[in-house]
Amino acid sequence: MKVLVGVKRVIDYNVKVRVKSDNTDVDLSNTKMAINPFCEIAVEEAIRLKEAGVATEVIAVSVGTSASQEQLRTAMALGADRAILVESEDGAEPLNVAKAFAKIMEQEEVGLVILGKQSIDSDNNQVGQMLAALTKRPQGTFASKVAVDGNSVSVTREIDGGLRTVKLELPAIVTTDLRLNEPRFAKLPDIMKAKRKPLETKTFADLGVEAKQHIQLDKVEAPAARQGGVKVGSVDELIQKLKDEAKVI
Amino acid sequence: MATLLIAEHNGTELAPATLSALTAAQQIGSDITVLVAGAEAKAAADAAAQCAGVSKVLLAEGDSLAHDLAENLSELVLSLAGDYSHVVAPSNSVSKDAMPRVAALLDVGQLSDITAVLSDAQFQRPIYAGNAIATVTSKDATKVITVRAAAFDKAAATGGSAAVETVSAPAANAASAWVADELSESERPELTAAERIVSGGRGVGSAENFALVEALADKLGAAVGASRAAVDSGFVANDLQVGQTGKIVAPSLYMAFGISGAIQHLAGMKDSKVIVAVNKDEEAPIFQVADYGLVGDLFDVLPELTEKL
Repeated sequence: MKVLVGVKRVIDYNVKVRVKSDNTDVDLSNTKMAINPFCEIAVEEAIRLKEAGVATEVIAVSVGTSASQEQLRTAMALGADRAILVESEDGAEPLNVAKAFAKIMEQEEVGLVILGKQSIDSDNNQVGQMLAALTKRPQGTFASKVAVDGNSVSVTREIDGGLRTVKLELPAIVTTDLRLNEPRFAKLPDIMKAKRKPLETKTFADLGVEAKQHIQLDKVEAPAARQGGVKVGSVDELIQKLKDEAKVI
Repeated sequence: MATLLIAEHNGTELAPATLSALTAAQQIGSDITVLVAGAEAKAAADAAAQCAGVSKVLLAEGDSLAHDLAENLSELVLSLAGDYSHVVAPSNSVSKDAMPRVAALLDVGQLSDITAVLSDAQFQRPIYAGNAIATVTSKDATKVITVRAAAFDKAAATGGSAAVETVSAPAANAASAWVADELSESERPELTAAERIVSGGRGVGSAENFALVEALADKLGAAVGASRAAVDSGFVANDLQVGQTGKIVAPSLYMAFGISGAIQHLAGMKDSKVIVAVNKDEEAPIFQVADYGLVGDLFDVLPELTEKL
């Protein structure tokens, strides 16, 4: 069974983003970039499935600018067998990304797709669900446990009230939550080896996808800053402030 | 122009988030239909009909709608969406699962987690864990929207008298089946609905020590929350996580104990009305957003607070 994983190039999660002074977007120049943390978890899960003999091949796919090759090489250093870059402008919309994945899923006859539940830049949380709808395949979103059993996969999902387990027929789409696994680090020899693994570049047009604009970005602003308050010296002072000043207890 | 609002409910009552999403819907336009879907949801539909500003309630009941399976729920919404310019839901684990499916099947984009309505097509939503606010315009004929409940006041749950119409439930998708739930049992208020939240972080140290956090929460009638570090360390269940990828909360009072204040955590609670932080590290970033900070050992402060309140 082939497993497809999504890899998105995003700002490193430790870096605090700055808004451009003209408010057109955030400023990512000279910013450290990385694989989206949820995508890293997806890559790890796919590699574990390969190590367990469930997956025969792991294909990493990214939709983004040519700079995303760096994150695809990282995915291959971690254990993905090959990679496909769908070259697009920065900030491709979720529906267009999902359409590109749908075409690749069909062309590659994929058994399981594992994507991050959301990217930490646009915070949309959409692509996996859209891909499932477009391909008419079942979905297990926000997964904290994935177990493939023959022609089906059991997915334990993190929901608002706790955990929910669903059973899906393959092919299926899974999106990862934080606690699915702890991703490994790439080893130096594997980083060298990954340079020789195949990385194919395609465009939306190659895939027969018309990338339409659905949502226009008008403006990006910094949020209203919250003013830090005061330090209190004791529990008694804290209680007094909460009672008399803030009036919340 | 008409809006279809998908209710969050437990079968008998509407979730407070539904009333916040109703406020957002009212800001979009005045013709609002509420869809209440579930295995059994008559009582919740009747509650929706009482809400001010609701024109009509659609009730869909059936086995295929039990357990919120996105494959079935999205089919139901899709079958109704043709009559509406906006399809809106409060942002929660059900709508996050189902609404992007609706958008894809309508061949439109989705606006996730809006925090402000500027016009019937222009909205604001947080990006980069709330470190930037994007103003966006939907170019699509149908606008599919999830609403961040914490950003909107709750609409009145009374004053309306809408008719309740029944619509049929979709056939169950054969490729997806519910197996089991493992839900947290708690007498405490639900995190996203709570007026007060007491949260613990890595500094709490262990699952046993979390009893100190819970004791204060119970004294205050508050919900218990946690940082990612506390959840990852196994101190508490995952559904208590507050932050960018967990619950987004905005209670009247948020008390953080042993939480350093990573940007991902701040993204989930910085809109709280009053924030209290207790941490032994006076340089902890949480103090930058706290209205009241106390530098001290939470193992001294928590019992003292619980006793004196």
